[in-house]
Amino acid sequence: MTSTSSSTHFAVWRAAAFPTRDNRRRSKELVIQGALFFAALSSVLITLGIVSILLYESLSFFQTVPIRRFLTDTQWTPLFADAHYGILPLACGTMVTAAVGCLVALPLGTIVAIYLSEYAPYWVREFGKPFLELLSSVPTVVYGYFALLFVTPLLQKIIPGLPGFNMLSAGIVIGVMIIPYVSSVSEDAMRSVPMHLREASYAAGGTRLQTALRVVVPPAFSGIASAYILGFSRAIGETMVVAVAAGMQPNLTWDPREPAETITAYIVQVSLGDLPHGSVGYQTIFAAGLTLMLMTLAFNVAGYFLRKRFREVY
Amino acid sequence: MARPLAVSPGLLRRKMIDRGFEILGILACLLGALALLALLWDLASDGAGRLSWEFLTSFPSRRAGSAGILSAWVGSALIMLVTALAAVPLGVAAGVYLEEYAPKNWLTALIEINIANLAGVPSIVYGLLALGLFVYQLHLGQSVLTAGLTLALLILPVVIITTREAIRAIPGHIREAAYALGATQWQVVKDHILPYSAGGIMTGVIIGLSRAIGETAPLITIGALTFIAFLPPPPFSAELPFLSLAWLKSSFTVLPIQMFNWISRPQPEFHHNAAAAGLVLMAMALSMNALGITVRYRYRKRIKW
Repeated sequence: MTSTSSSTHFAVWRAAAFPTRDNRRRSKELVIQGALFFAALSSVLITLGIVSILLYESLSFFQTVPIRRFLTDTQWTPLFADAHYGILPLACGTMVTAAVGCLVALPLGTIVAIYLSEYAPYWVREFGKPFLELLSSVPTVVYGYFALLFVTPLLQKIIPGLPGFNMLSAGIVIGVMIIPYVSSVSEDAMRSVPMHLREASYAAGGTRLQTALRVVVPPAFSGIASAYILGFSRAIGETMVVAVAAGMQPNLTWDPREPAETITAYIVQVSLGDLPHGSVGYQTIFAAGLTLMLMTLAFNVAGYFLRKRFREVY
Repeated sequence: MARPLAVSPGLLRRKMIDRGFEILGILACLLGALALLALLWDLASDGAGRLSWEFLTSFPSRRAGSAGILSAWVGSALIMLVTALAAVPLGVAAGVYLEEYAPKNWLTALIEINIANLAGVPSIVYGLLALGLFVYQLHLGQSVLTAGLTLALLILPVVIITTREAIRAIPGHIREAAYALGATQWQVVKDHILPYSAGGIMTGVIIGLSRAIGETAPLITIGALTFIAFLPPPPFSAELPFLSLAWLKSSFTVLPIQMFNWISRPQPEFHHNAAAAGLVLMAMALSMNALGITVRYRYRKRIKW
């Protein structure tokens, strides 16, 4: 009791004797906290900036081009004399390359994840995972070179008549690039499944594969689905591989063997030229960018509901 | 004599399938490794012959044989400098706020969801933001400054996320001990949290920068030129005030753009230049990655709570 009251007396005496010291310290703390808060808020400002720039330029674009024509016209020739503004060929190119990429990355990434999580000895996992992650740290323009000058000639030996620019080789290389995204996140999800579930399965006579597929994968599915969504978003947004290897000609086709242009490759193509600021041609890249963002958003929202549907809690 | 315990054919089959999947898994891992090796081999066989001191110290040229990457790697280095100077203070401050200060409310939740989503935004969209905002609204031009800031925005989520992870690894009793001695919140952050998480933060920064150095698309979008046969003005000058910031406003090219430019040409000689530039780029990106992993590894070994 006495000690409490004497320390209170001391605090009162100190506040009276040195009024500025505490106040200064408190205001300094507040200023620092405010500065840190604004740093954290800056990320929200970036999002607002992205959304408002895309909307602002797209709105003026949609004043010259009706949105119905943008969505239904089957030609994309904004820089020709006979200008058509149909996003379908670009969106189609984006979907085809991303689909080819996912056909490569999702099965391979899942197999790698199951192997690393359920089969591999400790040292394989410790070395294998960072090594695979190197695949995602190779600059994308280098992957473009690889697709155009290594994978395409290789594929031309298997598929005669394959054009030099095609969506197939770009898609395959994108797939290789996103394997680590898929495998890493899936593996993390599988490893967080409690050990006693596996032990129960082994005790009941399950093999490692049965344990993996029937015991580990179902509860980890929401994490695995996030990995798939992440991989697919990467594939949609990938730019340099398709700009180098898929050709830069809008082409409305579902055949991956043909050349085509994606939304991202179109933005690169226009940026390489010199379009005057404010022209319709300049605004097209923002309308294309907005479409890209909306496509990514749609898949992320779908993924969110998928995850919610399959979530299991212990 | 009693027969040994009968093994049902079903069990044998299950074990075979199990073993088969193990082999499949090993093959899938090897396929990834093989792709990386094929890529390196392809680059090296095309480009190693072009690598020389001259290649590193020459400007690009119309003749493939005498072209080099001087302006490209200088541009890349300067832009990395701007990116690091912008992204590190902002990202670390944001990470510290979210881990140490942020109250649990809707605003914090919004910021957290937003950072997770930003990490998934395609890089070219950052280029569109930079084109609309930095180039045409703020009139920073198609300069080193614009490029550095663009890439800083791009790697900001990485820096924030790894800062938070590094801070979260510090046990609570360290903070409690400091508070018990009467330290203010900022003193705890400055004297304990930041020093202990420095290794983890550095890993994040290096890995973020290794991603930024290979980025091409957002820089093309802001209108980087592909043919630059001069260097930005030097940052030091003979007259007062000795430091000059003119290089920030200079136009630029970077290694990946130079490489892209050479790939897009039909002549195979330029493809060899592209491969050589790719080798330099890979060496930079992979060595930064290796550095990041080493820092993380050593740091983890050193600190025991």
